[in-house]
Amino acid sequence: MAEWETVIGLECHVELSTQTKMFCGCRVGFGAQPNTDVCPVCLGHPGSLPVPNAEAIRRIVTIGLALDCTIAPHSLFHRKNYFYPDMPKNFQISQFDLPICLGGHLDVELPGGVTKRVGITRVHMEEDTGKTTHGSASGRIHDADSALIDYNRAGTPLVECVSEPDIRSPEEAGAYIRELRATLEALDVSDVRMEEGSLRCDANVSLRPAGTEPLGTKVEIKNMNSIRSLERALTYEMARQQKALENGEAIVQETRHWDEDAGATKSMRSKEEAFDYRYFPEPDIPPLDPDPAWVEDLRAALPELPRARRERYVRMFDLKPVVADVLVGDRVSSALFEETLALEADPRLAANWITQDLAGLRNKAGAEGPNLVTARHIADLVALVAADTISGQGAKQALEDAFVTGDAIAGIVERRGLTQVSDAGALGAIVDRVLSENSEVAEQFRGGKQEVIGFLVGQVMKGSGGSANPKLAQELLRERLNG
Amino acid sequence: MPVEIDIDHVAKLARLQLTVEEQASLRTQLSLILEHAAKVGEVAAQDVPPTAYAIPRSNVLRPDVPEPSIPHEAAMQNAPEADQGRFKVVRIVETGS
Amino acid sequence: MTELCDLTGAELAAKLRAGEITAVELAESSLRRLDAVDERLNAFLTRTPQVALERAAELDAYLSTGAPQSAVAGIPLALKDVLTTNGIRTTAGSKMLETYVPPYDCTAWTRLSGAGSVLIGKTNCDEFAMGSSNENSAYGPVHNPWDLNAVPGGSSGGSAAAVAAGEVVWSLGTDTGGSVRQPAALCGVVGLKPTYGLISRYGLIAFASSLDTVGTFTRSTRDAATLLSVLAGQDHRDATSLDTPVRDYTEGIDAGVAGMRVGVVGFGEGVQPDVAASVRAAVERLAALGADVGEVTLLHTDYGLSAYYLIAPSEASSNLARYDGVRFGYRAEGGTDVEDMMSRTRGAGFGPEVKRRIMLGTYSLSAGYYDAYYGQAQKVRTLIIRDYETAFAGYDVLVSPTSPTTAFKIGERSGDPMAMYLSDVFTIPANLAGVPAISIPSGFDSAGLPIGLQFTAPVLGESTLFRAAHALETDLGLDLRPPLLAGV
Ligand SMILES: [Mg+2]
Ligand SMILES: [Zn+2]
Repeated sequence: MAEWETVIGLECHVELSTQTKMFCGCRVGFGAQPNTDVCPVCLGHPGSLPVPNAEAIRRIVTIGLALDCTIAPHSLFHRKNYFYPDMPKNFQISQFDLPICLGGHLDVELPGGVTKRVGITRVHMEEDTGKTTHGSASGRIHDADSALIDYNRAGTPLVECVSEPDIRSPEEAGAYIRELRATLEALDVSDVRMEEGSLRCDANVSLRPAGTEPLGTKVEIKNMNSIRSLERALTYEMARQQKALENGEAIVQETRHWDEDAGATKSMRSKEEAFDYRYFPEPDIPPLDPDPAWVEDLRAALPELPRARRERYVRMFDLKPVVADVLVGDRVSSALFEETLALEADPRLAANWITQDLAGLRNKAGAEGPNLVTARHIADLVALVAADTISGQGAKQALEDAFVTGDAIAGIVERRGLTQVSDAGALGAIVDRVLSENSEVAEQFRGGKQEVIGFLVGQVMKGSGGSANPKLAQELLRERLNG
Repeated sequence: MPVEIDIDHVAKLARLQLTVEEQASLRTQLSLILEHAAKVGEVAAQDVPPTAYAIPRSNVLRPDVPEPSIPHEAAMQNAPEADQGRFKVVRIVETGS
Repeated sequence: MTELCDLTGAELAAKLRAGEITAVELAESSLRRLDAVDERLNAFLTRTPQVALERAAELDAYLSTGAPQSAVAGIPLALKDVLTTNGIRTTAGSKMLETYVPPYDCTAWTRLSGAGSVLIGKTNCDEFAMGSSNENSAYGPVHNPWDLNAVPGGSSGGSAAAVAAGEVVWSLGTDTGGSVRQPAALCGVVGLKPTYGLISRYGLIAFASSLDTVGTFTRSTRDAATLLSVLAGQDHRDATSLDTPVRDYTEGIDAGVAGMRVGVVGFGEGVQPDVAASVRAAVERLAALGADVGEVTLLHTDYGLSAYYLIAPSEASSNLARYDGVRFGYRAEGGTDVEDMMSRTRGAGFGPEVKRRIMLGTYSLSAGYYDAYYGQAQKVRTLIIRDYETAFAGYDVLVSPTSPTTAFKIGERSGDPMAMYLSDVFTIPANLAGVPAISIPSGFDSAGLPIGLQFTAPVLGESTLFRAAHALETDLGLDLRPPLLAGV
């Protein structure tokens, strides 16, 4: 049986978080009520005209530069003509043969310290559509008898980033999206939330016998709402295509929909002949001829990108690559870490608190939950633990407290009595009580089962309400048990 | 040379429901008009650049500053059918892109 | 009897300023004329008497304080019904927009309104401005005030007829391939198509975006210059509007044509002999007035017509895609799914000429044909621009007939789209090149129908255009009162 190689290219749509829409002054993502962030332009009313948003153009050029693209000295908007009710003009203002950014790449970190370079074919500017709700009990498209349309999202600036078919596995695809997302986060151009649709990815997938050049027939997959579902969909699709090929069936060039619940890709009932987009230059918008000096200014102003930042963290602070990865992959963590460094906290300890305990708290609270932890909190925690003023356990409690109250660490430690009891006299009474309550365990220790000391220390900690200095507790226990 | 046109296909692309009579007369008329229009192929050579804009301009942009949207009622005023503050249409079978 | 509404804007502005008349009297004069003749003309689709009288009364109150006034304040105006008006129905001459009430004003009206202009109503036109006879309106044809059995020209036929018949003092139209100049010629009024982008297109219901311009109908060249002075100027809502300084175009209009280099565009057969003779006679008058007259050939004019009938329908096929029965306008009954609903809506909502052009444009842009049709037409456009560059290297202004013929009978050409398209052969090149042009009356044919002569100038050469047109108009001194008004 032949070995198959998977060939994947990704097309990602990124909603920019500008103040206003691409071609009109309506606010982006503002109104909670349907059809309230709309005007004649984004509703496609007769006579209305589009005027491009300068900030959106600045952002796409920044994205292009971050991806090492060439910024075209001359670029055009085109009309992409097709009918769909959530598209107010029944054409999308997009770009065709003269996009703003061409021919870049993104270096992606793979497990095992391998770096993979994925080519970027193009990055172009376009506009988003409205949102359709299909009216049926199930909310599914196929048994709906009507549909309702809200145009609040219509006209939101959308950047389309097309990769070369350089990706070879679902894991690589996931790593590519993570790197792209981190890059866009660092540029502060978009919310890049896949679950909320501000980052949307379609995949082109084909298989070919390993070691051969010609590309197989590709299938386009849509509707993946997270990196996990992207990886699942690709895994499913690879297996489906492999099975078909091994049964001697031809792959149909088509668009397939990822069904999250069914865990399968499904053919969409699209009439292929309908997709003749009749592109032509958008006559309402003059060309973009960016001033090279302006482009160079933007290049000079690029922030540190995730890859460089990751390398710096590993090199300068000796962070484990996996920790550096987590820090860099999340804008909040990364920013907090940088601020903590400025407060001269121990980088490795600070990184651990941020990527483990704090990340855990943030996960549990969700994106909308409170997070009042500042760099000052982290730096203080790290310092107090290092000085043995509080225990690791106490520090955790202090962090949880600060997460919700925002109180200073010193105040929390005081309020909750988290200072470690390092007074042998005060601790001795607790140790004696623990030993008498656990005489059997004490016997086991004396019989040579040294590891039960951990349990006894835990009991002392518990007895002290977490305020005991665990080192001292262990010392006292050993003294008594060995004495 | 008369131009053969797949009227049915073009009408589908244009979302135009045509009667049989309309299809027949369009087939004849479009063929005639296109025969005349095809004259454009006689003159313009390779080295002539295309013109898409009558007056050359570039980089006409708008600052990213919000302007008032129109009231919801004004947005919905012309809707043939609406429900729950949204535009209502009969079911969508075909998928977009 | 000559009424207030028969005077020019300049004459009326002087009377208003002198306190001889009030804006209300003027609006009433206009509305009376509308009532008297429009049943025969069908020039108006929507009348706004209440809006007009209220605005006029406000103005009178304002003027009585002695405050400075704009030259357009108080003067009755009509807008072609492809220009949006907030809260006032705007149909584009189509069944598709029979009930459409725009939520916003076009910029042209915003500017005029801000200067105190008085809106009398919205005028009839060919559906979505596609046509040269006004027979393509879903609301019936407009009749020419000079011959009620003849067309007024198109597509801005209602605006032209309304000015010719004194229903308003002046009006706005739109010109994509001659839709202001040709009806102006056929109705015996002055029609201006300015440089592309000089007047904002915001709120102009698009036909062919790269060719569309707002234009004016007036009873004198000076009035055209007055209107343009208010209308011109950059609009941040139209990315193709030009950032030229605002100016008074009436300045220097009296300077005459002495020493002006006038190129007469060669025209062959196909031009009605009366029309050819009238243009030649006018050229002789210009020479007598001191102009330097010569002959010029625009090599690619014939190809321009072909290019136009590819570019305009292509852009139109896209611009008119939004009429789908979802957000506004007409929706057909009985659609089983949304695609079916859209097809039925568009099949029933659009008239034959609009469908013809949508089909033509869709075909020209479709896979496999783009290069041969649309792409090639864009190259011809380059050649037309070069023709003008060559011509304007030797001449300040060009002269030609506006239309090959005078007004033809209603129904005479409606079965033959190709013959109809040929009406625009002299006007189309200016749209392709974006240059300004003006049509003024130059005489009458043997049947007493007005003949139009067209001046064309380089990009932003409006002042030259006005100077030449004003000199000829003054010299000819034609009586342009249509016979219809004899009995009014
Ligand atoms: Mg796209
Ligand atoms: Zn808007």
